[in-house]
Amino acid sequence: MSIFVDKNTRLLVQGITGNEGKFHTKNCMDYGTNVVAGVTPGKGGQTMDGVPVFNSVMDAVQQTRANCSMIFVPPPFAADAILEAIDAGIELIVAITEGIPVMDMMKVKNLLKNSNSRLIGPNCPGIISPGQAKIGIMPGNIHLPGGPVGVVSRSGTLTYEVVHQLTRKNLGQTTCIGIGGDPVNGTNFIDCLKAFEADPATKAIVMVGEIGGNAEEAAAEFIADHVSKPVVGFIAGLTAPPGRRMGHAGAIISGNSGTAQGKIAVMKEAGIHVCENLGELGEVCVDNF
Amino acid sequence: MKIHEYQAKELFRKYKIPVPEGGVAYSKDEAFEVAERLASLPVVVKAQIHAGGRGKGGGVKLARSLDEVKNIAHEIIGMNLVTHQTGPGGQKVKKVLVEQGLNIDKELYLSIVPDRETATIVIMASQAGGMDIEAVAEETPEKIIRVHVDPLAGIQPFHCRRTAFGLNLSSSVMKEFNKMLMGLYRFFVDYDCSLVEINPLVITKEETIIALDAKVNFDSNALFRHKDILAYRDLDEEDPLEVEASKFNLNYINMDGNVGNMVNGAGLAMATMDIIKQAGAEPANFLDVGGGANAEMVENGFRIILSDNKVKGILINIFGGILRCDILAQGVVQAAKKIGVTVPIVIRMEGTNVEEGRRILADSGLNLITAVDLKDAAEKVASIVN
Repeated sequence: MSIFVDKNTRLLVQGITGNEGKFHTKNCMDYGTNVVAGVTPGKGGQTMDGVPVFNSVMDAVQQTRANCSMIFVPPPFAADAILEAIDAGIELIVAITEGIPVMDMMKVKNLLKNSNSRLIGPNCPGIISPGQAKIGIMPGNIHLPGGPVGVVSRSGTLTYEVVHQLTRKNLGQTTCIGIGGDPVNGTNFIDCLKAFEADPATKAIVMVGEIGGNAEEAAAEFIADHVSKPVVGFIAGLTAPPGRRMGHAGAIISGNSGTAQGKIAVMKEAGIHVCENLGELGEVCVDNF
Repeated sequence: MKIHEYQAKELFRKYKIPVPEGGVAYSKDEAFEVAERLASLPVVVKAQIHAGGRGKGGGVKLARSLDEVKNIAHEIIGMNLVTHQTGPGGQKVKKVLVEQGLNIDKELYLSIVPDRETATIVIMASQAGGMDIEAVAEETPEKIIRVHVDPLAGIQPFHCRRTAFGLNLSSSVMKEFNKMLMGLYRFFVDYDCSLVEINPLVITKEETIIALDAKVNFDSNALFRHKDILAYRDLDEEDPLEVEASKFNLNYINMDGNVGNMVNGAGLAMATMDIIKQAGAEPANFLDVGGGANAEMVENGFRIILSDNKVKGILINIFGGILRCDILAQGVVQAAKKIGVTVPIVIRMEGTNVEEGRRILADSGLNLITAVDLKDAAEKVASIVN
């Protein structure tokens, strides 16, 4: 089992003819993802590695029954691409694009509330259910299918590091989700925790957070009240200076809020097994799962 | 992106947000001219640096005569202003804003920020103006009013009324306040701001409302649609190494330690800094070369790290996913040879084609120390610098 994506996922790629879109579509197909369509306005009728390209998401959905979209559209046009996917009734939208203005994402988020779509990202590596479907830019080969661990993270390569350590300890994964490093995103920690709690194949959860905002604090509160499965947590940014944006748009300590120390304290209080040294994460998981 | 107070006030004027009469001056003589033109005394001379806390640091002074304007401007321009936001090194003042003095009756606080948790735009206001708002939020949170605005519907008159009544404004200034707040919100949205703050917003004895201070930050991701704002960037206010790194699209932040580090991905880069500290050393920087780094970026990263002469050792931590380890290893070897790296380099690589990558490093003839895992890497680099 898995959450959000599986063998039945029918993927559409928005921005399929760009360099990134082309490269990663191929990687997803090689992993076994069922890629049914691409969209690049003006290039409808072409094919890309055998995948039919359409002018609009609506056309693509009508002709291929795509139910998931992966977005590689550049930042100035990315919000429009997300809204187009919502309008076409796409169930799961995975926005890889980094650098979308906050104002655009605030509008998207408010429109998303009254839709049937789920958004993952933006500024994220995507989502993978190992052995079933890879919707994103993560290296597929580091993952181990079969569970029992669900992974949710705000980061990209840090997630690969975590997954790699799990795989080396022979702890497979049900689904790994990067929810993205932007201040305003779609799916949050709590949405993923809820789904992992309900997924019978997921027996344990790793939650990887970082400085900025209070998503980890809210997640910790949720875990204390609603999650029965063991959770290992990690927070990046113990040494981050206040007031500086650490690469990710959302990774910033404002005044006293959003510090790694503060998040770790709240998470420990909620019963999460917090690993403070990244080098030891795999062992901490073995000890607690 | 941050701008100066005088620049923020220029933008405020376009939106009919009242600001004091004044002008910017780069020398004592220019300050004198501005004051003469204002033709009203006293005037206030304010250091223009990006950091807050200028008043307490001695960067804001009242002048009662034109001679005094000259003396104060002479004293402030060129001074190294140290505030709680500049760090102990301070910031050199290159210009001042000379403004008319006001008959202040009340000092208020007003700001607009995006609220990431609710995806709304929030107006924050307080009667405790002129003070450090974070201290107010900590000690007397009930003194801060928060009004959330749905970004799809935009600001409505009732949002302004709620703010105005919350501030206990008298009816004589309420209309003017509401108009000002509407303008401020429009400005915030039009320019993709990440912060607009007026502290203090003053009500004068003549019952007018004026933005005495102005702090504006912009969402860097939205600058592509605000080319006019780019002209406001002041490189003197930024760390020279960070400016250099930004030219190559490298995310670099200079810090105080002596272990330089280069990592692909922001989250992993932060975690690498943390593990360096946990191994008993201090990181000299944050450097994210990006998820898809190439040899050229590695080379530029090396140059920037080595321009910081505090650096006594370097830790490279790359998780090769899309970026293969053999390609990366070639990049590191090439760059290290080309630049002539003199400090020890510890490399930890993991991921696609890692064996081939390790072989390239071992055969390079360079003094490269390979680590088996992240913990090992941090311990090795810490023992080198300590």
